[in-house]
Amino acid sequence: MNKICHSLGEAVADVPDGASIMIGGFGDAGVPFEAIDALIAQGAKELTIISNNAGTGDQGIAALIGLGRVRKIVCSFPRQADSKAFDERYLSGELTLELVPQGNLAERIRAAGAGIGAFFTPTGYGTLLAEGKETREIGGRNYVLEYPIAADYALIKADRADPLGNLVYRKTARNFGPVMATAAACTIAQVAEVVAVGDLDPEAVVTPGIFVKRVVAVKPDHPRA
Amino acid sequence: MSDVIQRLTRKQIAARIAADIPDGSYVNLGIGAPTEVANCLPSGITIILHTENGLLGMGPTPPPGAEDPDLINAGKQYVTANPGAAYFHHADSFAMMRGGHLDYCVLGAYQVSITGDLANWHTGAADAIPAVGGAMDLAIGAKSVFVMMDLLTKAGKSKLVSRCTSPLTGIGCVKRVYTDHAIFDITPQGTVAHDLVPGLTFEALEKLCGVPLRRGT
Repeated sequence: MNKICHSLGEAVADVPDGASIMIGGFGDAGVPFEAIDALIAQGAKELTIISNNAGTGDQGIAALIGLGRVRKIVCSFPRQADSKAFDERYLSGELTLELVPQGNLAERIRAAGAGIGAFFTPTGYGTLLAEGKETREIGGRNYVLEYPIAADYALIKADRADPLGNLVYRKTARNFGPVMATAAACTIAQVAEVVAVGDLDPEAVVTPGIFVKRVVAVKPDHPRA
Repeated sequence: MSDVIQRLTRKQIAARIAADIPDGSYVNLGIGAPTEVANCLPSGITIILHTENGLLGMGPTPPPGAEDPDLINAGKQYVTANPGAAYFHHADSFAMMRGGHLDYCVLGAYQVSITGDLANWHTGAADAIPAVGGAMDLAIGAKSVFVMMDLLTKAGKSKLVSRCTSPLTGIGCVKRVYTDHAIFDITPQGTVAHDLVPGLTFEALEKLCGVPLRRGT
């Protein structure tokens, strides 16, 4: 078994128009910028993007949106100081937004990966974001029914991988990577370093290789001390 | 007798909150003003700070040149990790909130109602681009939710209200409100005002707020 792809272009080559794609990261930490660049070059459009943020400036998800390649975005915090690409296309109605509280976003993705059909959560009860959703009182507390979020692809960033797809992350860049890896039909991990099978401490593996289909080594843009 | 109200500065409110957080607590400080509480925590005790993007044991801002793009807080600012810190993914991070493991959370607010409803994520303006982040999870996600805010808006309206007019973040979730005028405890018997700043009478505070208050000790 060898999940190593030689390039990100090869890893994203089969992404079809209309695909749903989870993209890891919080702020800039853990965002697989190079994998998004490969997706931009590949050309798939009408995409549904599931990510915490909607990108800033003119790179990453913002670039994808700016090129008109995104139909819908599912995220918790699209509006940021420099989220011009999102703001414009959202206000013009070209882009559909499903706004999800951050913890519900993580848990809905986790549920998809774990085969959970739906779950009741206290988050958002009585707010605009729970309007129209089924609720239930359990043990004296009010809950909202939330459904899983799965995707066709996940693009995530980790620190190290082995050819079996086992992943180790770095600091707060871990964020959504481990849950997204479980919830996509095809998880593509870009990593700073690929090591030999046996070189990752099994006690320290965060994402077991069963959740990962493709691994691509990408030279990190900053020191990893 | 002076009738000039000696309102607290943001730093003084933060210090007051910090003084109320006991040794051994796990605490999340919301983005914005509440982050100032971290700078006021007393030395010699152990308070473990949680940041919802995946770190327990958050330390201070790194010195210039030592910033690490992979080590940020929920406000996307560079931070450090203290000895004994732990990293984790988002589902675990929000399990710490939703599961009732965090002791305290300190949040900013647009409005708090006298029954503890919180509005802090959306101004309600028709053309506002919505963003919620972890606000709703934090609102219901700590054993005690504290709010840190100025009592009045810039236009002089009370942010402590009988009923929130801005979209809600959570219902009945706030336990205590620290302001520049006084501290308010939200209790089943009503909202209790205490620690009024010098120069402020209970009657004047009630008039400023326009909501029924109880006199605290």
